[in-house]
Amino acid sequence: MTTLVYLIPVALFLGALGLSGFLWALRSGQYEDLDGAAERILIDSDEGAENATRSK
Amino acid sequence: MSCCAPGAEMALDLVGPASILPSSQEVRLASRSLGDDLHQTDLSVPMVHCGACIQTIETALGKLDRVEAARVNLSTKRVSVQWRGGEVPPLVAVLGRLGYQAHLFEADTDAKDKTLSELIRAVAVAGFAAGNIMLLSVSVWSGADGATRDLFHWVSALIAIPALAFAGGIFFRSAWNALRHGRMNMDVPIAVGVSLAYAMSLYETITHGDHAYFDASVSLLFFLLIGRTLDHVMRERARTAVKSLSQLAARGAMVLRGDGARDYLPVGEIEPEMQLLIAAGERIPVDGKIARGTSDVDCSLVSGESTPRSVAPEDTVQAGVLNLTGSLTIEATAAAKDSFLAEMVRLMEAAEGGRAHYRRIADRVSALYAPVVHLTAFVTFLGWMVATGDWHRAMTIAIAVLIITCPCALGLAVPIVQVVAARRLFEHGIMVKDGSAMERLAAVDMAVFDKTGTLTLGQPRLVNASSIDAAMLAIAADLAAHSRHPYSKAISGFAVSSSQHKFDAVTEHPGFGIEATAAGSIWRLGRRGWAGWKARTGREGKHGYGGTVLTKNGMIVASFVFEDALRVDTKVAIDQLHNAGMRVEMLSGDTAKACAEVADVLSVDDFVPCLLPSGKVERIESLSRDGHKVLMVGDGLNDTPALSAAHVSIAPATAADIGRNAADFVFLRESLLAVPLAMNVSRNAGNLIRQNIAIAIVYNAVAVPIAILGQVTPLIAAIAMSASSLLVIGNAMRLRSSMPGSLAKEVRPSKRSEINELAQSS
Repeated sequence: MTTLVYLIPVALFLGALGLSGFLWALRSGQYEDLDGAAERILIDSDEGAENATRSK
Repeated sequence: MSCCAPGAEMALDLVGPASILPSSQEVRLASRSLGDDLHQTDLSVPMVHCGACIQTIETALGKLDRVEAARVNLSTKRVSVQWRGGEVPPLVAVLGRLGYQAHLFEADTDAKDKTLSELIRAVAVAGFAAGNIMLLSVSVWSGADGATRDLFHWVSALIAIPALAFAGGIFFRSAWNALRHGRMNMDVPIAVGVSLAYAMSLYETITHGDHAYFDASVSLLFFLLIGRTLDHVMRERARTAVKSLSQLAARGAMVLRGDGARDYLPVGEIEPEMQLLIAAGERIPVDGKIARGTSDVDCSLVSGESTPRSVAPEDTVQAGVLNLTGSLTIEATAAAKDSFLAEMVRLMEAAEGGRAHYRRIADRVSALYAPVVHLTAFVTFLGWMVATGDWHRAMTIAIAVLIITCPCALGLAVPIVQVVAARRLFEHGIMVKDGSAMERLAAVDMAVFDKTGTLTLGQPRLVNASSIDAAMLAIAADLAAHSRHPYSKAISGFAVSSSQHKFDAVTEHPGFGIEATAAGSIWRLGRRGWAGWKARTGREGKHGYGGTVLTKNGMIVASFVFEDALRVDTKVAIDQLHNAGMRVEMLSGDTAKACAEVADVLSVDDFVPCLLPSGKVERIESLSRDGHKVLMVGDGLNDTPALSAAHVSIAPATAADIGRNAADFVFLRESLLAVPLAMNVSRNAGNLIRQNIAIAIVYNAVAVPIAILGQVTPLIAAIAMSASSLLVIGNAMRLRSSMPGSLAKEVRPSKRSEINELAQSS
């Protein structure tokens, strides 16, 4: 019984951590272009950084 | 195309829509301001499909002056560009040079899809709660008792509160809406079941009881939300795909002021008596009368007439007509809201046909289902009350009945089948607006087709090329390359242009043809009466005064015969419809002669020529009065009212915007086989839905007596619910693997290309 007192909160906390991680990813637009994200990894990183934004 | 090269057609392969580039004024009109002199333009680029495309486009656009950032979204096939300054960077032209066709589309005011993110958040919360509560429940079922069980129940009750409030809110709101309007939908029994189960479990927990249904109520929400989310994703994807197609209506027009100034005004601000400048290749935005200039106009979208009409001052033109050869100055005779287009919208609204009264299968079933379930639960309560006098026990058993009959299988079964079916259609380039469209399509017994643009492509094809001297054909092709008249395009598309003929001074005479001089002789390609001026007094020729000829110094050297090209696979598609037991009819605004030829070739059962838009609606309405369920397939502005009058409607991607919006299905490829395919998939989906509903009823027939006898524990409820859900999902998946029926054979050969498409698009 005493172990449950801290095990249940720990389990819930870890679950809640995963849930909030998912909600954060959703809010920050990471699910908006799933196909694009899969392809962008193939673009060379230094070139990719130059393309992403070009400020003047 | 810079990458992934030839034949890289994806699921969203377009059938070469009218290739008119949006002018920079149009781009400006469609962009939205982000403040601080920054503008954002969203372009739809359907040809993007790999990492290399992303890189090419982003690099090229990023290098342009004044462009701040360009980002490609591969999933929606869109590019959003942010730029500064007063002038629009040449975005569309740059994309065109790279080989990507770009279209403007209606800028969304709220760019993000709020409903979808709400649904996904609800699924996440419900999933989290269901997982954790199930974990605690398993310990209770495995023998936890006394204080431990109470603790677990309390923790479950706490976790369930946010899930019910947040995820359940969607169902509570929808159920309340339905009840308030005196209707019954699937969400009513769900809302009642879930909230009663929670209340009863809370009471059990407080009184140290041993059966709590927290797990049942939350996992029920979780399963149902999955179904709801899938349904939404399907509809949303079709909607975006249809919206991304090129816009065929003019967005604005160049207005010529009295003092010679020129302004580009949006269509909504154009008033009668304004002078508008319409360049060759532009669409006419409002009804008007021609003030100056001659030209040929393409009315196919407006009247269904396949041959271009030549116009001169004092002629009237309707909104939506495409100006082909010369530039025109027209005087507007009506504002946009009173123009032909608006007239079509009014007819369309008046013609809301069978679909307005159509109720989806799921809603019809739940209208019967919910009262029966609630009555059963109530009778159970009364029965146990009378039998034992123990109100607590009677209440517990009645709620167990409600939980076990909660339409989990029903709520999941219908959307899952429809999502799988929509996915199948999507792979073949067919977009479905919503699930009810498939249910309606499965019921039709008669198909009505428009002619121009639907059965035919609305583009002329040269039919006598083999009988024309090859040298003359080459000369004609070189001449024709200078014009955008459909006949010219047909000629230049047919012959390989050699470019060896040196023409001096090629001029286009709108309404007549093209004239050029080469080596001292005058060549003309155009109307017989104009080009063959020496032959005019003689014979009129077999094809009459209006035939198209090539002349040298006034003598006819070649004559051309055109025919409206049939859409690919039209004949096969109509045969398949006949085999499926459908009657096929053709309604057209074109002449009886043109219709008869097409009807003959295609063995259409019946046709009605020379119809006005309202005539098409009347025809469909009289067919529906005779008890037919009519499918309308059409593309023109003049078909739009008929599209919404029919029981269900299909439009090709080349249709006018308003037609695409009115239609339930939109097919993106050229082949008309899309129509029988959509029918077949819809019929199969309809069968599976009925099977799934039967499964759900059998499940209830078994489970309800057990529940009424008071034998259902939370463990049995959890197992029964999950099992029935898995069963209907498994049944729905059969649509993916097998396609029973005649069409399976025709579909198979495209399997390979389909796999390629999938590989490319993912």
